[in-house]
Amino acid sequence: MLCQDCGKKEAVVHLTQVINDEKLILNLCRECAEKRGFRNPLEGVPFPLAEFLASMLSQTQTQMPDKQSNLVCSACGMSFTDFTQSGRLGCGNCYLTFRSQMDDLLRKIHGSTQHRGKFPQATGDVMKPLREERKLQEELKKAIEEEDFEKAAQIRDKLKTLTKKI
Amino acid sequence: MDAKISGIMFEEMAKKPAVWLSGEGVNSQVVLSSRVRLARNIANTPFPARSDSDVKERIISFVKTAVEKSPELSRGTFLSCSQLDDLDRSFLVERHLVSVEFTACHDFSALLIGEEENVSVMVNEEDHLRIQALVSGLEIREAFRLADHVDDELSKSLQFAFDSSFGYLTSCPTNTGTGMRASVLIHLPGLALTREIEKVISQISKLGLVVRGFYGEGSDVWGNLFQVSNQTTLGRSEEDIVESLERVTQQIIEYEENARKRLFNEAKDQIEDKIWRAYGILRYARALTSEEVLNMLSAIRLGMGMGVITTVSLSQINEVLALSQPAHLQKYFKKRMEPGERDRVRAELVRSKLGD
Repeated sequence: MLCQDCGKKEAVVHLTQVINDEKLILNLCRECAEKRGFRNPLEGVPFPLAEFLASMLSQTQTQMPDKQSNLVCSACGMSFTDFTQSGRLGCGNCYLTFRSQMDDLLRKIHGSTQHRGKFPQATGDVMKPLREERKLQEELKKAIEEEDFEKAAQIRDKLKTLTKKI
Repeated sequence: MDAKISGIMFEEMAKKPAVWLSGEGVNSQVVLSSRVRLARNIANTPFPARSDSDVKERIISFVKTAVEKSPELSRGTFLSCSQLDDLDRSFLVERHLVSVEFTACHDFSALLIGEEENVSVMVNEEDHLRIQALVSGLEIREAFRLADHVDDELSKSLQFAFDSSFGYLTSCPTNTGTGMRASVLIHLPGLALTREIEKVISQISKLGLVVRGFYGEGSDVWGNLFQVSNQTTLGRSEEDIVESLERVTQQIIEYEENARKRLFNEAKDQIEDKIWRAYGILRYARALTSEEVLNMLSAIRLGMGMGVITTVSLSQINEVLALSQPAHLQKYFKKRMEPGERDRVRAELVRSKLGD
């Protein structure tokens, strides 16, 4: 199969991107893949993440309705287009402004969109109930796995009360 | 603290072994050091790439205040980038205290070096804060404990940008979530010589971890030193990341040991020759580049591990490795040197440290 970009060399890099239910398949030779920012991580060359992200995002860009690409963060002024070009976000609020795109992107990068790690310590009032909620959710999951349904029901009730408070 | 004083501080530091080369930790023959890095940003403030100098200065003063409020952290040394000349910066990279990116810093970045030199915090590198803990040997858990503790201390006075779904918010989405990059620096001459290293690298990448040469890339990895680290930072707990890196590193150590056994059984003469030639070069050469020293020392380290060389100690080769680095060499001798002179001085130093 020949590379779809140059049409000359044999395609050795095969990529499948699924964006919003649309499949995009790329068959490229080594050189054209590198030109697009895809490099073989097995070569031990450090993955140029910003470029890789930017190229993945620009593919997304061309397939998204215009209004989404005009999103601008109200806190720092970064537009989604800026982000696709640099691969870097402007501030914490960008994550909220571009939430659905970030969901997609983070799923692609990490295989997940839900943080399962540490919560900040001392931002007490705001964080505590959120931490509690997360803790109870994990306990509920465990209780169900262990088929301790009585315990699960108790935890579920605790969660209901807590969610009302948040 | 002015520039002259920090320069002198580093000259003193050069005489002490760097944490990654102290050879004290568990398994430190094969795993030289373990490192955990946490990325954090201050809430409601643009990330460094989007901050002007006023914002950056404010960030530095917030962090400085937070450090001063902590009895522990305040015992460290807080330096502004403007106090560090190019040699100081290279020295810090060689010490594994800062990243290469940090060396391009300007007046609006800063650095905290912990008292024991096992913790450092870069301010205004890619994120507002890059907390790092470095421990000798295979001690990922301990490195995490140290970094986590610094994070907790700082968060007593600083509010970090955080979202309950996305976790800690970072400049690059590849760091979002735990913001944690855990890694080990590991010596794999056996796997490199038997050419099995590529197989191992591809196997490891299927487990969500990544292996790369520490100095150099592909087939040109200096000193057979590799870094194994986690690839993803979101969706797993810090504990999970530590545990999986530990497990995989133990597995790699096993592969390495098997590769060495095979080498010893099948190619004993060639390996011994290679090892002793390296020893000969280090003992008698009149000019050595740092690349040469790294590569020769790799053979000697292998020789020690296989019982071929017994007259050299681990701390000797670690000391030679540390001091042969370009900035270390110049700090140790307290003068700047051109490459030619460095190569001669380096060879002299190596001869004196390895000789009797």
